[in-house]
Amino acid sequence: MAKFKGKAIVKGVAIGKIFFYSKDKGQVRREKPADLEAEKARYEAAKETALEQLGEIYEKALKEVGEENAAIFEVHQMLLADDDFNDSVINIIETENVNAEYAVARTGDNLSDMFAAMEDEYFKARAADMKDISERVLNVLMGGGNDNAPKEPVILIAEDLAPSETVQMDKANLLSFVTRLGSSNSHTAILARNMDIPALIGVDIEKEWAGKQGIVDGNKGILIIDPDEATLAEYEEKLEKQKEEKALLAALKGQEDVTLDGKHIKLYANIGGVGDVADVLKNDAKGIGLFRSEFLYLESDDFPTEEQQFEAYRKVAQMMAGKKVIIRTLDIGADKQVEYFNLGKEDNPALGYRAIRICLQQPDIFKTQLRALLRASAYGNIAIMYPMIISENEVMQIKEISRAVKAELKSEGIPFDENIEEGIMIETPAAAIISDKLAKLVDFFSIGTNDLTQYTLAVDRQNAKLESIADTHHEAVLRLIELVCKNAHAAGIWAGICGELGSDLELTERFMKMGVDELSVSSSRVLPVRKKIRESSTK
Amino acid sequence: MKSFTYKITDPVGIHARPAGLLAKAAKASGSKVTIEANGKSADASKLIALMGLGIKCGQEIVVSIDGGDEANAVDVLEKFFKDNL
Repeated sequence: MAKFKGKAIVKGVAIGKIFFYSKDKGQVRREKPADLEAEKARYEAAKETALEQLGEIYEKALKEVGEENAAIFEVHQMLLADDDFNDSVINIIETENVNAEYAVARTGDNLSDMFAAMEDEYFKARAADMKDISERVLNVLMGGGNDNAPKEPVILIAEDLAPSETVQMDKANLLSFVTRLGSSNSHTAILARNMDIPALIGVDIEKEWAGKQGIVDGNKGILIIDPDEATLAEYEEKLEKQKEEKALLAALKGQEDVTLDGKHIKLYANIGGVGDVADVLKNDAKGIGLFRSEFLYLESDDFPTEEQQFEAYRKVAQMMAGKKVIIRTLDIGADKQVEYFNLGKEDNPALGYRAIRICLQQPDIFKTQLRALLRASAYGNIAIMYPMIISENEVMQIKEISRAVKAELKSEGIPFDENIEEGIMIETPAAAIISDKLAKLVDFFSIGTNDLTQYTLAVDRQNAKLESIADTHHEAVLRLIELVCKNAHAAGIWAGICGELGSDLELTERFMKMGVDELSVSSSRVLPVRKKIRESSTK
Repeated sequence: MKSFTYKITDPVGIHARPAGLLAKAAKASGSKVTIEANGKSADASKLIALMGLGIKCGQEIVVSIDGGDEANAVDVLEKFFKDNL
């Protein structure tokens, strides 16, 4: 077994036989043709054939990889039909008294060198296109159909791959690409991304690998040749999981989150930063049910400014394009410590100075965040959620501060969503038990099951010794959830779950029966939960 | 001869596809169209030469039109740049 490092362009795992793709087409010879006019005519005819081929490839690519990625073959047609290319070939044939093959090869090299010498990455990458079109004409001139495409599913290894080479291969036979050259901007990379197969570049490939078994790990950027049994078994399992996920993704993307008896559920995703939004969209969540704003505080050496926060919230709201984005105000303290807050050491931090308790005692920090949130609400569908509530009094205080901040923005003429939804997290037994009263004060409830479980059972969730009694399905917790839903509905507001329990498929049906209106789970769990919702009934 | 200046707004600059379209438009205009940038110039009807200028986003270029229906060509090309680049 041997491992080789490369740069991963597309993530994922592939296992298969190594196929070494080479472009050996025989050497181009410099010859002196008998008839220069006939040589020029040969070139013209070959060029026409090449243009026809490109037309066909364009049509094929259009169907397989979409217009945006097929456009390159239209460009190749333009380049080949271009005066510069033709003039250069004809000129070399005439002035150097040489054969068409030599003139085409020289032209391809010259133009490719010209682009390779350019500074800009985009133009630099066009060198491959010049090579590609000249090789196509050469192929026609030399009468060679290039028949070294794989006949069975393989991991394709090559020095480099031209876009026309990859598109002509039967996609069913491509498990992965591994090349020595190429860049993450190259067309091969784009195609690999489009086909969603793992691809590596920058690997020191060797011809001897041909026919051996290989594993491409696009998550770690490694190629394994001749894996041992344990490694193979490990990757077979990963591959199986990957297949299941893909199948699920394909089948459930775009489907509604609706129970068998027709209740629509808000199926949202949890995120911890701007970078997580791509996964939310990829997994087709219908919104963000918990945007943990802590990252802004944890990644910073000092309190993040209103502007810094505004930028992050606005970006997420815009990326979600009108879908709901529920942002939780800072939840620092307990297991999330930040030095500049100077919170001091506590004997019992889980029950200590944290989250909304900090916000209400240090309203300046709170106001800065609220201003940023409200300003961002002008750019999308934002809702605000307050954590660690235990009393009506806290909610009243929050509402007073929120009102003051809104009035301030209004007087400054700064736009914000005046109907912004404001809800609270139900994560203490106290809040769950008085949820009938709290429901009258807010727009929604989101149940944080991690803390609710730890506080209800009095079991520290970070103590490994207590794992056996940290029963996440404890009847007490489930009853509290049911109570919260009932009280929410009585007051005409919705209730959701944003803790780990929300993605527990064993409980999905039970949650539906309890009347849970929203589930916010990590992105990778969205589609499995969707599947379960669609198989559940509320009655 | 007529000319105008234009500032490229396409994030990739004059890349392959619009360059191809520009070459077509330049040929169709019946005038000789020259693009100047970075102290170099190229015949706009020649795609590879055009791309060889390596014109990037934010760069200012001078488009000159010589011969044929110059006034019409200016209108057509100005619109082309605004729409595509």
